[in-house]
Order: sequence, then structure tokens, then C-alpha cells
Amino acid sequence: MKRFRRRRSLGDSIFSIMNGIFMLLVMVVTLYPFLNTIAVSFNNGLDTIRGGIYLWPREWTLQNYVSVFQNPNLTQAAFVSVARTVVGTVVQLFCTAMLAYVLSRKEYMFNKLVTTLFVVTMYFSGGLIPGYMLIKQVGLLNSFWVYIIPGLIGVFNMIVIRTYIQGLSEGLIESAKMDGAGDFRIFMRIVLPLSKPVLATVALFIAVGQWNSWFDSMLYTAGNRNLTTLQYELMKLLSSATSQGGTVNVDSYKNVTNMVTPVSIRAAITVVTAMPIVLLYPFLQKYFVTGLTIGGVKE
Amino acid sequence: MAKKELQPSLKTSHIPAGTSWIGYNLSRMKSQRQLMWMSFPFIAFIAIFAYGPLWGWLMAFQNYRPGIGFMEQDWVGVDHFRTLFTDPTFLRVIRNTLAMSLISLFLGFVGSIGLALLLNELRMILFKRVVQTVSYLPHFLSWIIVTGIVANVLSTETGIVNVLLTKLGLIDAPINFFAEPKYFWGIVGLSSMWKEIGWGTIIYLAAMASINPSLYEAASIDGAGRFRKMFNVTLPSIKPTIIILLIINVGNVLNAGFEIQYLLGNGLVQDVSETIDIFVLKYGINLGNYSLATAAGIFKSVVSLVLIFIANGIAKSLGEERLI
Repeated sequence: MKRFRRRRSLGDSIFSIMNGIFMLLVMVVTLYPFLNTIAVSFNNGLDTIRGGIYLWPREWTLQNYVSVFQNPNLTQAAFVSVARTVVGTVVQLFCTAMLAYVLSRKEYMFNKLVTTLFVVTMYFSGGLIPGYMLIKQVGLLNSFWVYIIPGLIGVFNMIVIRTYIQGLSEGLIESAKMDGAGDFRIFMRIVLPLSKPVLATVALFIAVGQWNSWFDSMLYTAGNRNLTTLQYELMKLLSSATSQGGTVNVDSYKNVTNMVTPVSIRAAITVVTAMPIVLLYPFLQKYFVTGLTIGGVKE
Repeated sequence: MAKKELQPSLKTSHIPAGTSWIGYNLSRMKSQRQLMWMSFPFIAFIAIFAYGPLWGWLMAFQNYRPGIGFMEQDWVGVDHFRTLFTDPTFLRVIRNTLAMSLISLFLGFVGSIGLALLLNELRMILFKRVVQTVSYLPHFLSWIIVTGIVANVLSTETGIVNVLLTKLGLIDAPINFFAEPKYFWGIVGLSSMWKEIGWGTIIYLAAMASINPSLYEAASIDGAGRFRKMFNVTLPSIKPTIIILLIINVGNVLNAGFEIQYLLGNGLVQDVSETIDIFVLKYGINLGNYSLATAAGIFKSVVSLVLIFIANGIAKSLGEERLI
């Protein structure tokens, strides 16, 4: 009996150690590519090609970043990215929350109909071409608002917020009604302030989505250089790099110096584009997880 | 039961005596006119932006030429669909979509469940948190950044994979991973796994947290080791979660695959990299063949919808919660 126990606890500790080693491996596999990209972005481009850059730059330089920030296309694109993230998050959060409030009211006559209409769109859409033609017809092509308006309501987010609102005390809303407050007033003064946790979660979802989005930029604003986003500019650079030959249009960066190469420029732009998320990530992470759990419970 | 309680007023018996049905509903609308006003913009929005494009489906049955009204186009019936299903390119595109989607689905499921099982066994809470935090990170980066990182990791000159393989003596010369069709599906599958594995564990870990601890105690008393407990207690307990997530993903089988394939694909691997969505983009936007591209899009939507209904039916017959 005693022996049996000992063997078990030995197996137990072997398992724990192996598990710990495996987890360290997971972390290395996840983090190494980032750290390597950062190291490459600070290393002299020509030197990088010789290989052997792992976690630390060999020949330090800020040249890659200087080239990136001196490119007028990219600074404009960064501005558009920030603008669409801020405006998009505020507008979409407000609209999504307002619809969520309406659909959380049981007395609302078209509750079931409107809910169904929205939920169906999670699974079903007209498709790329009809969607494109619609955007063209309503005049959103080559307009900043194409980043904001078509995504006014996120259905999944709406469901998450609605679930939260339904969990608020009904008595609160009833008593406000007794005092003569209308639904809009109740929404603005009572429901919104009480929903801060879920709104923070959803705001983060929307903001990340806005910041990361590039396809709309390619599809709807490709004709307008003032409206491209950082992600799209990065995409143009990357796609020319992974496509055969690896020749990148670095010519526009070359005028600064000939120390930059496709690899080093790519690394620098990747870091610039990822940085806002990586820096904010540790602070936001707990909200993301809560958000998914709220949504997961309902879905 | 709860459903009926939600809308008692729809029943005729709730209409006060002496009021007509119309009059009753009008007065209801009036009493909730603020809700009406608040919802109206969104109803208009969804009508235009979500249901409006459905008119465009007519294009698939015409030889659509821009500049002419919708109804004055040549109607060609199902010709475009016939073209699609006899076109070897399109058939290859369907194959690619299914293959990459299923590979990513499989790797994602096995990876997330496996990682969740092992994370669940970690006893140091702080360490567990750190691993989780790190593993979620790639989920929040765009595919552009991720493909940039993938390109960096696999590059012939400096990529760590080539460096490792060469140093271990497994290969003589660096492999150009993006030039060989045989590697493409694997790259896509592993990249998706890398990006989403941590995020995928969240729901499983939540499910594991709600397992009754007495089950583990009972298993311990019966002499079960940690592996046994994982396979005989943890896994069966999260089975409903696994099934429901699997079902949800079935409807997305034709959906999973645009960004990464578009970003990593190139001329050399296009036979294995092009998916339905890329096909639609190429024919519709780049080549201006709106009708054919719309037909391909319709095919995708309809198949997805059918799959969702089938999945829904399976969920129902398994006694799981329905999705729709």
C-alpha cells in the first residue's frame, strides 16, 4: 500500500515537471517570433541578411524606424488607423448598446422579429460582390465612413450587452418610468452607467477589430491614398515580400539610406503596427476573457 | 413556457373588451414610441446593409453589365452555376477551402483541448496565468502581422525554422517554404493554430472549472492517476462543450479561409492556396465578372446555411441546446 502511494506521487511529480516544461515550450514558441521580429527591426538591414539575429540586435540602428516614419504614406495611414479606431469604437459601441437596450425590453412589440433579423445576419449575408455594389451605390466608396457605417451593429456584441442588461434590476427601470423618464433617458442615465464592465469589454473587441481591419481598406478605399490604413500599407509591403523573388518596393524607403532591406523594413512596420495592442494587452486581457465568457454563456 | 410569458399581450384575450386589434396595437405602439424611435434607425440600417445586398443575387442569373438597370440585363438562368461546376478551377477551389478549413479545425480543436487539459493540471496559479496570458496574445494581432511573423520565421535567409533544421542536420539547404505547394496547407493549419490555440482554451477552461471536485476525489480513491483523471473525468465532463463548439464550426467550414490564404498565397502555390472567397474576389472585383463571382458567393452561402441547419438538427437530436 505504502509503496503504491509512493510510486503514484513519483509519477505525479514527473508529470508536473513534464507539464511545466511543455508550458515553457508553449511560451517560447509564442513569444520567440515576436522578440525576434523586434530584434530584427533594430538591427542593421544588411547585417540581418547574414543571419544569426535571434533575440538581440547585433548592429543596433534606428534606421528602419526612421525610414518608416519618414514615409508620408505611412504617417497618414497611421493617422487614419487611429481615427477609425477611435470614431468607430465610440459610434459602434453607442449604437450596439442602444439596440441591445431596446431588445432587452420585453414590452417592445417587434422584439422577436428584430432580434431574428439581426441574428440571421450572423450566419447569412449577400456576399462580397453584392455587398460591394451596395457600398458603391450608397456612395461610401472612397469615404472614411465606409469604416464606420457598415459595421454599426455587431450582432454578437449586441447579444453580449443585451444579456448583461437583462441581468440588471428591472425595478430600477420600472421606478424610473414611474418618475416619468422615457426609454431614451433611462438608457442614457441608468443603463449605460450601470453597464460599464460589459461596455468596456465590447469596446475593446470593437477597437481591436477596427485597428486590425484591412480588407475594407483594400476593397473600398484603394483609390484614395489618404484613406488607407496602417494594416493595409503593411499588407502591401508584405504581399510583395512573400510573393516570389522577395523584391519589395523598398525603393520609397531607400532614399533615406541604403542600409534598409525588405526584411528589416517589414520587421519595423510589423512592430509599429502591433505595438499598440502589445502595449495595452496586459491591462486589457482580463476584460477580453470576461467578455468571451459572458458571450459564451449565452450563445 | 418562458417564451409564452414574454409576450402575453399578443394573445387576443389580453385585448381589453371594446377595443379593436388594430386600435389596441396602435395604442401599444404609441405607449412605446421611444423604443420605436430608438430602434427605427437600426431596422433601416439592417434592411439596407444586410438585406439590401440580397437583391444583388439576381446578378448570378444575368449577364450583368455595369451601367444598365438591374431589370434590363440579359437573363441567362442557371448558366453561371453550370459554368462553375464544370470549371476545374472552381472545383479545385472548393477542395482547397474544405481541406484547409478541416485541417485548421482539427488542429485547433485538438490543440486547444489538449492545452486546456494540461493548463488545468498546473498547480501554480501564477504560472498558469502567465502561460494563459502569453498564449492569448496572438489572437489580438491581425493576420497581416501574423503572416509577417510567419514569413519571418520561415524565411530562407534568417528564419529560425530553417536555421534549426540546418543545424540539426535534417536538411542541407534552406527550404523556401512559400514556393512549394506541398507545404502550404500545413503552414496555414499551423499558423491558425498558433494564432488561436490560447483563445480556444478559454471556454474549455471555464467548463473545466465547473466540474464537481468530488468526481476527482472519487477517482483518486479508486486509485486513478492524473492521466486517468484527465481522460475519465475531465474529458467526459467537457464533452457537451466540445460537441457544441464542433457543431458551431461545421457551419463555418466554407467560411474559414480568406485572409491567411490571400496574404501568404503567391503565384507558385495558387493551385493549393485559392479558396472560394479569393475566387470571388478575383473574378468579381479584379476581373469584373460580377455574375460568375456572385454565383460562387451564393453557392457558399447556401451550402453554409444547409450545414448550419444540419448541425442544428444534430445538436437537437443529441439533446444539446439548439444554436438558432
